[in-house]
Formats: sequence, structure tokens, C-alpha cells
Amino acid sequence: MTAPEQATSRISVDAHNDIPMTAALPVTILRPSRGWVPLNLREMWEYRELLYFLAWRDIKVRYKQTVLGAAWAIIQPFFTMVVFSIFFGELAGIPSGGVPYPIFAYSALVPWMYFANALTQASNSLVGQEHMITKVYFPRLIIPMASVLAGLVDFAISFAVLVGMMLFYGIMPMAAIWTLPLFILLATATALGVGVWLSALNVQYRDVRYVVHFLVQFWLFATPIAYPSSLVPERWRAIYGLNPMAGVVEGFRWALLGQAQAPGPLLVVSVLTVIGVLTSGLYFFRRMEETFADVV
Amino acid sequence: MNDIAVRIEGVGKRYRIGQRESYKTLRDTLTNAVGAPFRRLSSIARRSSADNQRGVARGEYIWALRDISFDLKHGEVLGVIGRNGAGKSTLLKILSRITRPTEGYAEIHGRVGSLLEVGTGFNPELTGRENIYLNGAVLGMKKAEIDRKFDEIVAFAEVEQFIDTPVKRYSSGMYMRLAFAVAAHLEPEILIVDEVLAVGDAEFQKKCLGKMGDVAKGGRTVLFVSHNLLAIENLCEQVIWLKNGEIARQGSPGQVISNYLQSSISPSTERVWSGLATAREKIRLQCVRLRPSDGTASVPITVHTAFALEFEYWNFDPTAYVSVSFCMYNEHDILLFDICPPFDPDWRQKPSPIGLLRSICHIPGDFLNDGLHRVDLIILRNHVPVILEPQALVFHIQDTLEERAGWYGEWPGAIRPMLTWETNLSLSPRPTTGDVV
Repeated sequence: MTAPEQATSRISVDAHNDIPMTAALPVTILRPSRGWVPLNLREMWEYRELLYFLAWRDIKVRYKQTVLGAAWAIIQPFFTMVVFSIFFGELAGIPSGGVPYPIFAYSALVPWMYFANALTQASNSLVGQEHMITKVYFPRLIIPMASVLAGLVDFAISFAVLVGMMLFYGIMPMAAIWTLPLFILLATATALGVGVWLSALNVQYRDVRYVVHFLVQFWLFATPIAYPSSLVPERWRAIYGLNPMAGVVEGFRWALLGQAQAPGPLLVVSVLTVIGVLTSGLYFFRRMEETFADVV
Repeated sequence: MNDIAVRIEGVGKRYRIGQRESYKTLRDTLTNAVGAPFRRLSSIARRSSADNQRGVARGEYIWALRDISFDLKHGEVLGVIGRNGAGKSTLLKILSRITRPTEGYAEIHGRVGSLLEVGTGFNPELTGRENIYLNGAVLGMKKAEIDRKFDEIVAFAEVEQFIDTPVKRYSSGMYMRLAFAVAAHLEPEILIVDEVLAVGDAEFQKKCLGKMGDVAKGGRTVLFVSHNLLAIENLCEQVIWLKNGEIARQGSPGQVISNYLQSSISPSTERVWSGLATAREKIRLQCVRLRPSDGTASVPITVHTAFALEFEYWNFDPTAYVSVSFCMYNEHDILLFDICPPFDPDWRQKPSPIGLLRSICHIPGDFLNDGLHRVDLIILRNHVPVILEPQALVFHIQDTLEERAGWYGEWPGAIRPMLTWETNLSLSPRPTTGDVV
């Protein structure tokens, strides 16, 4: 191509170009990092579709690869409930605050299973997506977030069974049921808060995989699932709220089964704890984020 | 200022040797933490350098990239070449924001789409349709955009019938085609591409190159890493040659590529295949040599030099008719000619003699253009190739400046023959009075 030809073709291309050259293009500055970085929530918002697609992929793949598919979302909490009912409810005679023990346990197992699975998935998410991290850029927070969100589908399925059980036992929800989404949000925030901490640490220290397993087991017994929180002495109740899942489980029982009084100080402590864990987790994650591709 | 798409100033990236391979375990960190005070004490005692300097002193770090600066304007296509490990991928990773530079500064005006591989995020369990959406989202496309281009992508990938089949049932070719098709429909202002042309069969590669050409000529800013020098030369307006993490040369494609080729292949005028010929090997290549025809042993060979290519080979097969043939390529990998000795009636149906044979091809001066040339040699036994020796000889033909007349650009053309010209005055205007004195 001779020079004049090239020039004319370039001009004609520009005329049809759909990129407005005059419009302000986003400017990205790349420089070595210095310490803490802002969260940049606007960028997260721009990538919301990717968040949706990754969560959608997690769900799809999980169900395609399993024989029983969505049934697993029911089997896990349901059989745990059966075992708890036999050993804790019947044999140990643990009080269940006026409702049948099976529904007492199951109403706590539904948010608990969601939390436990979301936390486990989120913690291993970055390491599992190593391939994407080293090949394409997007806000890395999307990855653990997608894992946590994907768990909501299983949650919805197991929740449907809870509704069925409530009908079976003839338990009518109280007016407090409108607060239920807030407790789901609290469980999500807890899973995400702890999940971002662990997923970022997991990139550096592969020991986290085993820690998570252990942590979830521990946490199960530290949460009033098999027993009511009323077993905990009144003066320790607020400190018990340092375990945010205690607040979530108490909230679920209160909103659905109309048990006891609203979880007051315990819930406040839980919410504050979650805010602390989540905020610190997000900043920690952002700080570690840039080394992921080099280390993972 | 407004037409700058990418500006890079003094960018460098340092890696710790082995960093990518070894994850720390908590135990290591704990033992380090426990041991640190003692080490600190001993290092103070030895008056060694500061803590973070220790690694540098011990040479535990490696600069994958150092002091890279360049500007790329909107609509420009920049090619990056260099050997494996020269820092090409690191540069692309920094510009794609996958990793941060250790030093320096870069600014990017516009959205960046990076294709460091095709099919990032593809999941084998999902169908072709699902993977298009997933991969598109991973590459930064909006759902509406994917909806709009969906049919085009499927048609480009030629997978219409299998679009609802999980991609794990695809052939590798189909998989690659689909992956490239999604990538090819990405439309950011700045496109960063790494070697994606090396996928699929020859026909699809052609299609990919065509698509890349459209993108490059469509006014988009492209940063393109490839080992395909011809593609680089065709598509790029500017080329950067990276060598050991630094810019070795930067400029117009022809110049930089030829410099790169010269450095990567050392030209020679003689090559001998070592080891004595044994009768067990019936035919054996001994030597390829370039000799100026005027008898002077001296090089350089210029565009005017007539020279001979001599091929020496052993024959121990009393029944074989042995002959040679070679292909001459220039530095752009273009085949100039494929030649064998003209048919000789004396040798007809007769086996070649036993011993060391020599075939000489005389190449006239004022015929080949300047630059690197390479000879791919074939030795045939009864017209069947038995020895293939690609790059049997690589040599450089120098330009002379006599007829350049002050112009130093690249002389275009595969060959540069000196042909006979005539210039006559065939009609002269009638002289008018008073004009000519």
C-alpha cells in the first residue's frame, strides 16, 4: 500500500468508526502499588454481569455434574435434621422452646448449610479459578462473591422444604416474617466477610483449605443449631453474638417460628461483628489482590 | 495528548526466582517468624544490607522487564517480537492489569480487551451457547452485546449444529474455533493479543489472520505479540523487539524484524556435517558452502557478487541415482525459488558413482535482494527425498550504497535483478526561434 492510499483508507475507517474519539475515554493508570487501596465499588458495579454469569456457571456446573443435582440441597440439611432430632431431640432431650424439635433444628440448618457451603466455596474459589486470574483482568472480588451468591439457589430449595414442614406442623409465621430477608443478608455478609479473608489467605497459604474444614465444624457447635441460645446464660448472651451466625439463627427462629423475644443485644453485636469482618476483609482482599496473579 | 492510547514510562517487573512455583505454607512463615530475630541479629553482626535488600544481594530476584517506554497512538498497531522469555508476556500482563509493574508508570486511555489465550473461563460441562455468554462476560462484554453478536459468533466458529452440546464433546478444532470466535468479536478501544493466531487448522488460521487484519485496519489500537513475523509485518505499523526484558529495537516492522532475524540466526558461508561417512549410511550430507565466483575467499557478499552454492554428499549405494534440490527463502520467509539441476541426459537411468559427490549451483550477481537468505536443502535418492536439511545455510547479502542516491529505505521486492534498460529520445519538440540559443 502506498502512503496516500493508506491515508485515505484510514480516514474512511474513522468516519465509520463507532468509537467516539472525542468522548472521554476511561483512563487507567498503572503504577507500583503502595499499601492500602480503595475498594472501588464503582468498578464492581460495572462488572455486575460477570458476577451474575460466574454465579450462574457455578450453579449450572454443580447440577450438571451430580446425579441427584438439586436434591443435594435438600438431602444435606434434611438428614442432618433427622440425626439431630434423634440424638439431641429425643435421646438427649435438649429443649426446643415450644416447637417440635425437627422444625426447630431444620429452621437453623437451612441458613447454616447455606453459610457453611458458601464459606467453603468462597475460600477455595480463588485457588480454583487460578487459570482465569492469570489470563484476564477483572475485579478479583467477583470470584468469592459469585461463590457466595451461587449458594443462594441451594438455600432457596432447602427453604422450600422448610415451608413444607411448617405447613405440616401447622406453624404460622408471625408478622416478624418481613425481617427474614435481613437475616439472609446477614448470613450472606458473614459468609462473604470470612470468605474474602480466607480466599485471599488461601492464595498465599494453601493450609487454609484444611483450616476451613475445621473452622466450619467448630462453628457448627458454637452456633445454636442443635440447642436453643437460651442455654447460654443471659449475661453471656451479648458476647455470644460475636458469632454472627448465632444472630442469624436466632433471627430465623424468631421471624419464622415466632419463638421467644426478638434477639436484641445479641443481634446488635452480631451485626457490628459482621460489619467489622466484612470491611476489614474487603480491604485486606484489595491489598492482596494485585499479587494474586504472581503467586497463585 | 488526546490521541495517545497507551503511554508507558520506565516500566519494569521484578519476580522473585521461583515465586510462581512455591506457595508458602503457614509453617514456613511461622518458622521464618520464629527464626527472624536470630537472623536479624546475625545479619547486623555481619553488617549485611537491609532486610529487603538481602534477596537482591543474593540474586534471588529476576527482572522480567526493565525500563520499557513507548507511546502508542489511537488506531496504531504495535507488534512485539522476541524470543521466549524475553518479557513479551509480562508486558502484556502488565498492560492487561493482570499484574502490577514493580516500577514505572503507564496510562491507558480507553477500555482494554486482552486475549492472552483463547477460551479463558470455558467450562467443558457447559454447552457452546452457555460458554459464549460466559467467555464473553469474562472478556468484558455486556450481555446485550453478546446477544447482538451471538449469531455472528456461531457462524464464524462454524458450530451451528453443536451449539447446545457441552463443549467437552467438541473436537479440539471446534473448541478452538468457538473460543477464537468469541474473542474475535470483542470490540474494546485497545486490544491486546498474544499468539492467538496459532490455533486450528490452516484454513481457520487464514480466517483468523483475516479477522485480525480487519481489526487492525478498522482503526482499533492493537498490541500484538506473535512469533509469526509475516503476520507482524503485515499487520503492524510499529514493532518492538524485546530482548532479556529490555527494548532491543523499536521502529518500522521491516527494519526491526530483519535486525531480529539477523541476531537470532548467525549467518555463515560454510557448514560441515561432522563425523566420517560410513558405508552403513548409504547417503550422507557432508558440506554446504558458499563461495564467491571471482575466487576471492573474502566476504561480504553484496548484491552484486556472483557466488556459487556447493553441496557435497557421500553416496555408497551402487543402485541409487542421487540428486540435490534446494529452496531459497528471504528473511520474510518468502520462497524465492525452488530449484534442482536441469535434467542431464548423461545420467539418465544410470546410478550415481560411489564416493563424495559435489553439486554446484551458480547464482549470478545482481539477482538477489539484500538481507538474510536461507537455503533449505533436499537430497533425493531415485527422486525420493532422503535427506531434508532446513536452514542448511543461512547467509547475508549486503547492500551497496552506490545506486541508492541518498535514499536509505528498504529496497522492496523479493529479488533485485540488474536488467537492461534503454532510454532514447524518440520525439523532440520543434525548436522555436529565439528559445534555443
